[in-house]
Amino acid sequence: MLKTLRKIASVGVVSEPAPAPEESLRVRRALDERVAAVLGRALCIRHVDAGSCNGCELEIQALGNPYYNLEGRNIRFVASPRHADLLLVTGPVVRNMEAPLKRVYAATPDPKLVVALGDCGCAGGLLGECPASLGRVSNVIPVDVAVPGCPPSPTRILQGILTAISPPA
Amino acid sequence: MPLRRWWDRAQAVAGAPGVRGLRADREEWLLAARDVAASGGALQALWVSVASGAVLQTTVCGAYLTDRGVLVIELALPAGGDPDYPGLQGIFPAASRLQRAASDLSGARSSDPDTRPWLSHARPYEFIRVDGEGVHEIAVGPVHAGTIEPGHFRFSVVGEKVLRLEERFGYVHKGLERRFTELPILQGHRLAARVSGDSAVAFSWAYCQALEGMSGCAVPRRAAWLRGACLELERLANHLGDLGALGNDAGFAFGLAQFSRLKEDLLRAVAAAFGRRYLFDTVVPGGTAVDLPAEAARALTEAVRAVCIETAELRGIYEEHEGVRDRFTGTGRLQPDLAARLGVLGLAGRASGQARDARVDLPCAPYTEVPVAKVVQQGGDVAARVAVRFEEAQEAGRLLERLLSKLPEGGHTATVDTPADGAFGVGLIEGWRGPVLVALQAGPEGSIRRCHPHDPSWQNWPALEYAILGNIVPDFPLINKSFNLSYSGADL
Repeated sequence: MLKTLRKIASVGVVSEPAPAPEESLRVRRALDERVAAVLGRALCIRHVDAGSCNGCELEIQALGNPYYNLEGRNIRFVASPRHADLLLVTGPVVRNMEAPLKRVYAATPDPKLVVALGDCGCAGGLLGECPASLGRVSNVIPVDVAVPGCPPSPTRILQGILTAISPPA
Repeated sequence: MPLRRWWDRAQAVAGAPGVRGLRADREEWLLAARDVAASGGALQALWVSVASGAVLQTTVCGAYLTDRGVLVIELALPAGGDPDYPGLQGIFPAASRLQRAASDLSGARSSDPDTRPWLSHARPYEFIRVDGEGVHEIAVGPVHAGTIEPGHFRFSVVGEKVLRLEERFGYVHKGLERRFTELPILQGHRLAARVSGDSAVAFSWAYCQALEGMSGCAVPRRAAWLRGACLELERLANHLGDLGALGNDAGFAFGLAQFSRLKEDLLRAVAAAFGRRYLFDTVVPGGTAVDLPAEAARALTEAVRAVCIETAELRGIYEEHEGVRDRFTGTGRLQPDLAARLGVLGLAGRASGQARDARVDLPCAPYTEVPVAKVVQQGGDVAARVAVRFEEAQEAGRLLERLLSKLPEGGHTATVDTPADGAFGVGLIEGWRGPVLVALQAGPEGSIRRCHPHDPSWQNWPALEYAILGNIVPDFPLINKSFNLSYSGADL
C-alpha cells in the first residue's frame, strides 16, 4: 500500500492541455450549436468498431491514459449506445457489421453526433468498397466529424470529439 | 522416425528459415498430419487456394510447426473429383474453424462433421444448446461494452457459473485475401500490416520475409536489426497495455493509470525515433522505410530503459497486492496437457507450458546474433499469462538495449526484384501474441496470386472456451483480456 501511494505521489499529475477544435475535420453541422455545447458539458461516447484492424482502438484506449485527462474534460465512454450522445466509429463498414452499426445508431437517443475515425472510417482505407466492405462510415450512417490518420493520434481523436461539440470558430 | 520421412522428402521453401514443403495425396495428407501430431507438432495454418488462370488445380495447404521446422503440406483437389478433402479436426482441433472459413471463402469443404459457416453470416448460426434445470444463456456482442473489437459470445450458465462458452466471429471479415490479389506484390506489405493493427510489425515483416525469399533479396544486416527493434517495441507496447488493462479488470485502477502512462511514454519515444507511434509502414520490402540516426537510437534506448525500470517496480506492487493476486491466481486455468491438445500458440501457449518461440526455435536475423531467452510458465492461469508478459517485457527491453546500441553500419534498404510468376514463399515471425505466418504466391507481372495471413488467435480463441469453464461470468473480462486475442486478425 505504501509503495502504491508513494508511486502515485512521485508520478504526480501528468495531464496536458486539450487541443483546440479544428473546423477542417467537420463534415456537416446538423445539430444546433447550443445543443451540441450542452452535450459537451457531460459527453457520453459509445465506440463502435465497424470493421477496423484494431489500430484505431489502440489509440482510443490511449485516450484514456492520464496524459489526455478525458474524464477531467467531462467526457467518458459508456457501455451502451442508449446512454450515449456521440458515436465514435472506426473501420470501413464491413458487410457483417452493417446491421449492428445501424442498430447501434438507432438505439442512440437524439440528438446525437457521429465521429468517424481513421483513414478507413473517413474514406474506406486500403479496402475501399468491395464485396465484403461498404467503405466509409458516411455510406451507412450520417457523420458529423471525420478524423483521418492510420491510426489518428489520441490528440487528433480528442480534437475531432471537441470539434463535434464546439461552436463555429 | 515417421516425421523424418516427411521432412526428408520435403523441399526447401523460400522465406523464413527452416520451412519445407511437399505435395501429398489424400492418404498422405492424413498420415502426415498424424505423424506431425505424434511428434508433438502443432497446426500453424490451413488455407485453400482456388484454381484460377494458370493455376489449374485447387489446393489445400496445411503448415505445421514441428521440432525440425515448418512443414507445409499441399493437397491438390482434382477438378471433377471428390469435392471434399480429409478433415483434420480429429487430429488438430484448431483445424475446424480454419476449414470452415476456407469453405466460406473457396467452396472447398473438409470431410469433418461441423459444416456450419464461420466467416459467412449469410444464414442463421446454430449454437450448441445446454439443457438442464436452471440453465440459461447470456448472449454478448457483437458490439461490446468496452473499446474492443466486435464478436459474439454465447454463455450457458447456472447462476453465475459458466457451463459452456461458444464463440461466434467473422463480424469484421473484410475480404482481405481477395484484396491482396488486387495489389501489386511489392505493395502488399501495407495491407499485411493492417491484418491486425496491434501486430503491424509482425505481419508486415512476415510478408516481406516471404517476398524477399522469393525474389532472392538479401536484406542488409542493419535493416534486420532495425526490424528486430521494431518488433520488440511492438511487443513491449502491447504488453504494457495488457498489464494495465489486466490490473484494471482485477479492480486495481492504479495499474491501468500507471501502465497506460508508461505505454504512452514508450509510444512517444517511438514516434520521436521512427516518425510514428505505431510502426505500420516501417517494415518495407528490402528493409525498413526509415533509418535510425545514432542520437535517436540513444534517446529511444533511454526511454525503453526508463519504462522497464518502472515496469519492474510495478510488478512488485502487483505481486504484493492481495486483491490482485487473489483475482489472478487460479482464474481461467488452461492446463498444459489441454493446451498441447488444442495446439495453443505464442504467449498463451508459453503460459501453459508450450515452450515454442519462433525467435528461438527458428531464428532469423537479427535473432541469430542476438539470442532470446524463452519465457515459459506452467500455471496456465491469468497469473501465469501476466507473469509471461512481465518477463517478456523485460526481455524485450534487454533485446532493445542490445539491438539499438550495436546497430550494424550500412544501408537499411535493398532492391527487391519482382518474383517470378508462381513463386511461393512463407514468412514466420514471432509477434507479441504468437507466431504470425504469411503464405505468399506470386502471380504474373508483379501481381499477387494468393496471400494467406495467419494470426495465432485462430488457435487460441478455442482455448478461451475451455479456460472459462467452471469460472464465473464476472471473471470473463479478466480471462479474455489475459489472452487478448485478435478479432480482425482471424476474421480476415
